[in-house]
This record gives sequence, structure tokens and C-alpha cells, in this order.
Amino acid sequence: METLLSVRNLRVNFRLDEETTFEAVKGISFDIPKNSTVALVGESGSGKSVTSLSILGLLPKENSHVLPGSEIVYEGNNLVGLNQVELRKLRGADISMIFQEPMTSLNPVFTVGFQLSEVLRLHRDLSPAAAHKRAIALLEEVGIPDPAFKVNAYPSQMSGGQQQRVMIAMAIACEPKLLIADEPTTALDVTIQQQILDLIAELQRRHQMSVLFITHDLAVVGEIADYVVVMRNGEIREQGAAKRVFENPQDAYTKALLQCRPRLDRRPVRLPVIEDFMNGGGHAMNLAERKRGIALSDPIILDVRQLGKDFYSREGLFGQRKFEAVKNVSFKLPKGKTLGLVGESGSGKTTVGLTLMRLHEASAGEALFEGRDILSMSPREFMEYKRRIQIIFQNPYASLNPRMIVGQILTEPMQIHGIGGTAQERADLAFEMLQKVGLPEVSFYKYPHEFSGGQRQRIAIARCLTLKPDILICDESVSALDVSVQAQVLNLLQDLQDEFHLSYIFISHDLAVVKYISDQVMVMNQGEIIEIADSDAIYRNPREPYTKKLLSAIPKGWHHGA
Amino acid sequence: MPFDIPHTVSPSLWALAWKRLRADRVAMVSLAIVALFVVQMILSGAGLIAKDWAKEAGVNYAPPTLQGPDAESTGPAAAAGGATTAQAAAEEPTELPVQDPLADALAAIRGETKKPGGTEAAAAEGQSVDPLADVMADIRAKGTKADVAEARAATLPLGGDKWGRDVLKKTIKGSETSIFVGLAAAVVATFLGTVFGAAAGYYGRWLDDFFNWFYSVFTAIPYLLLILAVAAVLQQKGIMTIVLILGLTGWTGVFRLIRGEYLKHKGREYVQAADAIGASNARRMFVHILPNVSHVVLVQLSILTVGFIKAEVILSFLGFGVPVDVVSWGSMLNEAQNELILGKWWQLAAAGTAMAVLVTAFSLFTDALRDALDPKLK
Repeated sequence: METLLSVRNLRVNFRLDEETTFEAVKGISFDIPKNSTVALVGESGSGKSVTSLSILGLLPKENSHVLPGSEIVYEGNNLVGLNQVELRKLRGADISMIFQEPMTSLNPVFTVGFQLSEVLRLHRDLSPAAAHKRAIALLEEVGIPDPAFKVNAYPSQMSGGQQQRVMIAMAIACEPKLLIADEPTTALDVTIQQQILDLIAELQRRHQMSVLFITHDLAVVGEIADYVVVMRNGEIREQGAAKRVFENPQDAYTKALLQCRPRLDRRPVRLPVIEDFMNGGGHAMNLAERKRGIALSDPIILDVRQLGKDFYSREGLFGQRKFEAVKNVSFKLPKGKTLGLVGESGSGKTTVGLTLMRLHEASAGEALFEGRDILSMSPREFMEYKRRIQIIFQNPYASLNPRMIVGQILTEPMQIHGIGGTAQERADLAFEMLQKVGLPEVSFYKYPHEFSGGQRQRIAIARCLTLKPDILICDESVSALDVSVQAQVLNLLQDLQDEFHLSYIFISHDLAVVKYISDQVMVMNQGEIIEIADSDAIYRNPREPYTKKLLSAIPKGWHHGA
Repeated sequence: MPFDIPHTVSPSLWALAWKRLRADRVAMVSLAIVALFVVQMILSGAGLIAKDWAKEAGVNYAPPTLQGPDAESTGPAAAAGGATTAQAAAEEPTELPVQDPLADALAAIRGETKKPGGTEAAAAEGQSVDPLADVMADIRAKGTKADVAEARAATLPLGGDKWGRDVLKKTIKGSETSIFVGLAAAVVATFLGTVFGAAAGYYGRWLDDFFNWFYSVFTAIPYLLLILAVAAVLQQKGIMTIVLILGLTGWTGVFRLIRGEYLKHKGREYVQAADAIGASNARRMFVHILPNVSHVVLVQLSILTVGFIKAEVILSFLGFGVPVDVVSWGSMLNEAQNELILGKWWQLAAAGTAMAVLVTAFSLFTDALRDALDPKLK
């Protein structure tokens, strides 16, 4: 197999301040063969994106430094020493890149046609008319319906999936030999993710190009990669043919990554975490199957009836447009059980959560909490119930006030609700909660920015627990976390449910996670309930076509047959 | 007891910003210059330096020491000459009330138009209209005293003004007014802008509409007109008046920024999380959001201070500024415009340089402060 690009002993340093530097990539070597897909897999901080940026010479000049001795050989030339002019000739023409966020990668003030033909005119010297024609052909190739019309559309007039298709069209406009895709599907819905993966795989075959696919999600890789490179902390842990890595992983970290992610066919009592594999493999794992599902005799804690939420947008001077985000949603939440809420973006699942918390006012319906409607009571009456329903948000980087120490964050809710008589009592409770979520006591005195994403989510969970709630709404609470951290947080949530008999409403777009944690699953689309059933039943025998479509879009990893 | 566990105090975001600021050499030098000005202002305010700024220490228009004394006015003759001109100048206004045959009639008319009262009151008012009266009396007294008591220097370190007062001391005393007005007015304007902006951005709806309407109307009026209007309403001259004028007219920029920040932050997850744990509106506005937008407030305060120091100078230059018995850089520049014709440049140079140095240092510091407080630029 001929090699297109080879990375040899690549080392990249980042300057943090005047004295300290951080080695982001520590001497890695791998090859990208011609006409094949190589997946670079790693969690945040593994150095995978730094590696891809250094191939294109796109690292920030002012604080990064590729150490001497590093080589990135493309067609006999070492790209590391090249100046910007030479690199620019390569970029876009020979090597091109697609990024994670299509919404921010496209310029909002130009039509997609203009942006596409700009690439062509820059690298191919085409006349404006020819470039326009080629742009339409490219849009057609990436599967945009009615390309002759859409070529004049602005990015904001397209959906996220279509925008990513335009980005791909731009990337392949000049027939590159190497396409670098940096997390191209992470920001997209499951069903769209599947379509984009299929598109990239098909384009790779048709144009005989190579693809460097960068992702944190091993399951995605299984579908398209020929070779897999697993990175962690700037080093390569394992590399080889995809089939070999998936079926017979040699490195403990690779094994852990493969095991940490909840699977559709199995449900262990606790998910395995990285430590189970890394530290000599002390197998204290409890992989026995966990029982799920609800019984008719379960006491109901929350009974939601015909919940509705409308949003109004201003139109013109006096006009208003009504948008029904949630329509006629009814469900019952049994005590101590978990209700999974699945749907794509715009399905209204988050709105349901926020409306139950009264962070949005409901437009219709009622929610009976132990027989009393919490949606119609006065704010004063609701205060007591506010304590008993708590929410954990998606982004742990945004949900903690950066100007407060963890101690303040944890004691504030108790202070507001008058839990614990003195500051000392509240502090003691806070320390207890820190211990519960597995954080050291010193954390009390630290600021949120000193913690990693997983630790911050633990702090957010501890904050909710200080109020001793009965219902916990988890709004995409593990979606922003790395796979290995996700497993830890899911285990924590599970332990807390076992200990305190909490009821969860678990909102997520990730069907595998929902399947793992839920007793009952509710599928939503465009504000309406599509299907609601026991989690095993819904995955085994989906009744509705929409549910079937969602389920078929889940990346299967390498376990095609299993 | 868990409180007793050993822990180091973690650096807060403020501490980290301060660390970044300390690494910035330009910021530290400009901060030192600003601090120097402030120290000098405090010292003069406490009466430790430049207390006798109003004393006529040198001959009239005494040149700076480096330039040497004026050729035509050397020796004791110059001092005597100086004294006579001072006396002549002092005598001129004393004649006014006596010699003006219309004075009484004028006073009566004034009194009638202003408020129909007794003629006695009218006469008293007619006198107090002249703001120079007291000062003139003072100057007269001093002039005669100086004449008798002490010989006056031919040169002063930075020269002397029309009356022979030390320009160096005037500059120091003037900084007191200028910096105080700048800082105090900036505090008033920032406070108003922050409170209005927070309320408008946080509550939205009709309150936001109201403040936006108010803001639009306010900014539609030309700035100088507005200042004149407020000055007319407040009726009296004085340092606090200028602070109020600048403060009441200068809040608009802060309002716009803070409103935007609150709009942005009220949708953030940490504010929603605060809502979820039951925090009240006031708590969310001031305990949660305010510390997160306070860097914007701080930078605005700094920018406004610079702007208001300049504004005070312009106002005093135009004659709307500080009363005549108070010295400020603006009033010095105002005096200097007449002196320049006579070729006496030093008062302009002293006040102009002092202001330029302070404003430049303050602006550079503001820039560095903004960089240090903006985590994105890290």
C-alpha cells in the first residue's frame, strides 16, 4: 500500500506563560496510505486536533512550536519547514479540512454559492461563470436538494446537516488527495450524523482520496475507518487495522474506550471505567445484568397531563408568530425510576424539562406532584417544590458561576431554602456531598475553572443533592463529556438513585446512554410524544417508524453482527 | 472538622487577572504614573503640599527658572513695578460700584425681574451676582501685604501666572480638582449606567422598552446642549455641580454595554441554575451576574475617568466649569489663552503636559486592564 502522508516523530509544544510549556504532542508517528480512511481517536486533551492542525500548518504561531526533528512528509516534501506561501498552495487544493461546527465555519454574509466558487477561483483559476456551474455540480454531489436554487441561499437558510454538506463540498471542490475531517458529526443529530458519515465514505471511494477522520467516538469510527490510531495525552497508545483494533485490542486504554460506552445489547450494573483497565486491571467490575422497567404497582411521584408550551416571536410591528414547542405531552414518572426522554434537536425535550422546573411558564396542562399541580401554584407555594425538583444542565463549563468557590456554590442553595441552621452546618453538609460525588474535600476552596469537565458535572450534581430533591432532571447532562468520564458520571447517577431512591427524567439525544440508564423511554419529535414504553421493549420492538429511524441511525461500532 | 483540612487559597479570576496585569510592563509603568498623580492629589487635598498656591510668590508672569528672569524686570525695581501693576489692576474693579451711576437702577431692575422683594435684598443680590467680588477683595489684601511684607522672586520653577502665583503649585492644586471631578463623575455615570442597564437587560419587556426609549431620546440631544441644560437647572457653579453634570449625561455608553451583557448572561446556564435552586431576581442580578460583568464595568469606569478629566478641562475652558476661586487644569488653560498672546507659554505647557501625561497613562492602563480581564485573549 502506497503512503500518501507520513507523520514522523511529531512533537508540538504550547507555551502557557513565560516559563512553562506544555507538550501537547509527544513524538508520534503514523502513516496515511493512499485511498483509505484513517481514524485518529482520542478524548479531549489527547492532542488529536493539534496533530491535524500541524499537518496544515494552522497552529497558532504566537504560542505553539513544532520541535525540530518532527517530520510530516507529503509527496517527498517535509511540510514542517514550509513557509506560509507554499503551505497555502497545498491547503484547499491538495489537503483540505472540514471542521466541527458548520455554523461558525461558513461566512454568514455570503451565499454558499459565492463561498464555493471563491475556493474554485482561488485554486483552479476558473471564470466566475464556470465556477458557479461547478458549485452547483458540487452541491448536487453532496446531496443538497434543488442545488440550482440552493446555490444562492445564505448559510442561515440551511439546516445544520446541509451546512455541513456545504462544508464538505467546499473541501472536495479542488479534488484534494487528503481530506481532514475534525469531528465533522459531533454537533449533529444522530440521523444526520449517519447521513454525513455515509457521504464521506462514498466520496472517499468515488474520488479515490484519503481521509483523516478525527473523533472522540470509537463507535463512529467502526463504520468508516480502515486504520485506527488511538491517542491519549499526546502519545499513541495503539494503531493498526480497524478490524484488528476493534476485535483484538492490545492496549488497556483502547480496551477501556471500547467497554466504557453503554451498549444496546448489554446493561451491566455498573459501567466499566478507565481505571478498571489502566491500573493493573483490578477487576472489581460488576458486569451482571441490571434489571430495568416499571411495574404498574410503582407509586407515581409526578403526573404530567397535556403539557403545552408556546413561544411567540415578534413579527413586524405588532404581529406575533406562535410556535408550539411542546404539544399535549402526558406521562407518569414512578418514584425511584428513570424516564428517558429522547429526540433530535428541536423535538421539545429540553423545553419539557425547563417547563416542569418552571424556568419557562407552561402554556397549557398540569403537572401533579404528589397530587398537587405545581404549574399553577404561586411562586411562594412553589418554593418548597422547587427544592424537590432539581436540574443538571448539559454544559458543566457554563452552569457553575465562575466567580464563586465551590463551597459558595454548594452552600448557596441551602442558604436560600433555609437548610442547616448555621454556616458551619451547611459547610459540613457541603463536605458530605463532595464526598458523595467523589471529590476531595479540598475542592471546597477551589474555583470551577480548576476542575475538568467531569469533575464540574460532579459539582453540579452535588449542588442539586444539597437540597435533597426527589426528582432530578438531567438535561443532556453527560453529552458534553468524554466517553470515559461519561461512564463515571452515569455510574454516579446510578449509585445515587440506588442510595436515595431518586426519580430521574433523563433527557438526551444519545440513544445508547438513554437505553442504559432508563426504565421507561419516551420518544419525542416536533413537540409531540411519538412513543412511550419500557426501555427494553422500545429498543427490541419499536412500533413507530420514527423510532425505527432513530434506532437504525445509532453507530454500531464494530459489533455489526453482535 | 473539615474546615481544618489543609488547603491553599486558590487564585480567583481576579487574582489571575492581576497576575496577567503584573506581567505587563506598560501597565505597571502607567499604573505607577497614575498612582503618583493620585498620591499627589491626596497630599494636596490634605493640605500638605501646594497649600499656598494662591500666594503671589513671584513677579507677575515670572518665567521658569531654566529660562532665567526677564530682561526688563530684574532687581527690586521689578518687584516694585510688579506691585504697582498689581495694585492698578486691583484698583480698577473697586471703582466699578462707586462710579457706575446706573448701578443702583440696575440692581433694582435685577431684583425686580428675579424676585419681587425689598430693595435691600435686591441690592444685596446685585452685589453677590459679581462672583469676582470676594476674590478681588482677597487679592487686593494680599497684594498690599506682599507689597509690604516680602520681596517676590524673579523666577519660579515652572514660571508664574498673571498675578505671579507659582504655576507648579497651581498645577498640583489643579490636579486635585481635575482628578476628583474625573473619578467622581465616572463613578456616578457608571453607577447609573450599570443599574439602568442591569434592570433593562435583566427584566426586559416594558422596562427595557422604557429605558431604550429614554436612552434614545437622551442621546439624540447634542451633548453640549445637554450639559448647558443641566448646568442651567442646577443653577450654581461648583465642583459638585460639574460632577453631577458629567455624571448625569455620561451614563449612556455604560448603559448600552451593561444592558447587552445582562441580556447575554441572563440566558446562561449558571443563571438558570441559580433560578432552579430558588435564587431571587435581585440575587441573580447582583450576586450571580454582576461579578461576571464587573470587568466590563471596571473598564468603562476607567475609560470614563479619562474622558471626564478631559471634559472638565473643556468645560472650564468654555467657562462652564469650576468657580474662579478654584484652580483646575481647565481654568489654567483658560487663563493661558490670553497669556499666550503675550508670549507667556509656561502655564499652558504645565497644565497641558500634566493632563497629557495622566490621560495617556490612564488610557494605556485601561487598555492593559481590558486585556488582563478578558479571558479570551489569554
